[in-house]
Amino acid sequence: MEHKEEHTTTTGIDNRKMMIWVFLGSECMFFGSLIATYLIYFGRSISGPGLEILDIPTTSVSTFVLLMSSFMMVMAYSSITKGDVRKFRVWIMCTAILGATFLGFQYYEFTEFAHHYHLTPQTNLFGTTFFTLTGFHGAHVTVGVIWLITLFGYSFYRKEDLIRDDALNVDFLALYWHFVDVVWIVIFTVVYLIGVRAAGVG
Amino acid sequence: MNNENHNEHSSHPTNSAYLKIAAILAVITALEVAIFYVEGIPDLVFFTILIIMSVVKFAIVAMYYMHLKFDEAIFTWFFGGGLLLAGCVIIALMALFDQL
Repeated sequence: MEHKEEHTTTTGIDNRKMMIWVFLGSECMFFGSLIATYLIYFGRSISGPGLEILDIPTTSVSTFVLLMSSFMMVMAYSSITKGDVRKFRVWIMCTAILGATFLGFQYYEFTEFAHHYHLTPQTNLFGTTFFTLTGFHGAHVTVGVIWLITLFGYSFYRKEDLIRDDALNVDFLALYWHFVDVVWIVIFTVVYLIGVRAAGVG
Repeated sequence: MNNENHNEHSSHPTNSAYLKIAAILAVITALEVAIFYVEGIPDLVFFTILIIMSVVKFAIVAMYYMHLKFDEAIFTWFFGGGLLLAGCVIIALMALFDQL
């Protein structure tokens, strides 16, 4: 049965795929401005805790978890392009679990900072810029996890929709998820590793 | 699934290639963290090494997992354009606040 609808542009490329890439390009600028703000106010807090409270070992584990979730996601995409819905469900659920695990690490980090070090977004410039940057990233991961679970459920309801159009629905989610991963690659390096070293508190 | 779709994906990496890429990403991340704990490395060298490693990881994910290496070039322009503008925003804002 032919399900394919016409969504092509004058370039011959699906307009929805064009849209997701334009969206990701705009997201680069969004996170770029947040990272710039963090860097501008780096070391300018006049009171309260600073980078010395960042827990590199724990964050390294959560970084590894997010990286591996990208691998799971690409395997889910690979499975669905081959029409293997059963494997797709396994991989996408693994991706969601790893994404939720990353969020758990972030929740632990935020609550630890708030309760143990009394660092909140209102405390100082470090708190404001740190929570804004990592919080927005966490919000993106949360959206991704919801999207993953939704697509997992959808695979039971309308699995033919996942396979049609060259598995484009899964492709969009995969691109979004990998983007969230690459943003964290930058945040982990700039805020955590380089930040702690530059502040001389590592 | 039709043949056209299969053909479009034939140039994408295989599952074993995806696994190798994941292993490479894990090793680079481990090296980043290991270098962080090595004492005696000058700051400039440390920053340079970490930035290079970060860029390599970013590029690997974008090229192979996001399939930019295999998809239409226009997607690379969209994403690269956004990245370029983001870089310009960072540099401009830091210059504006005397942080360069």
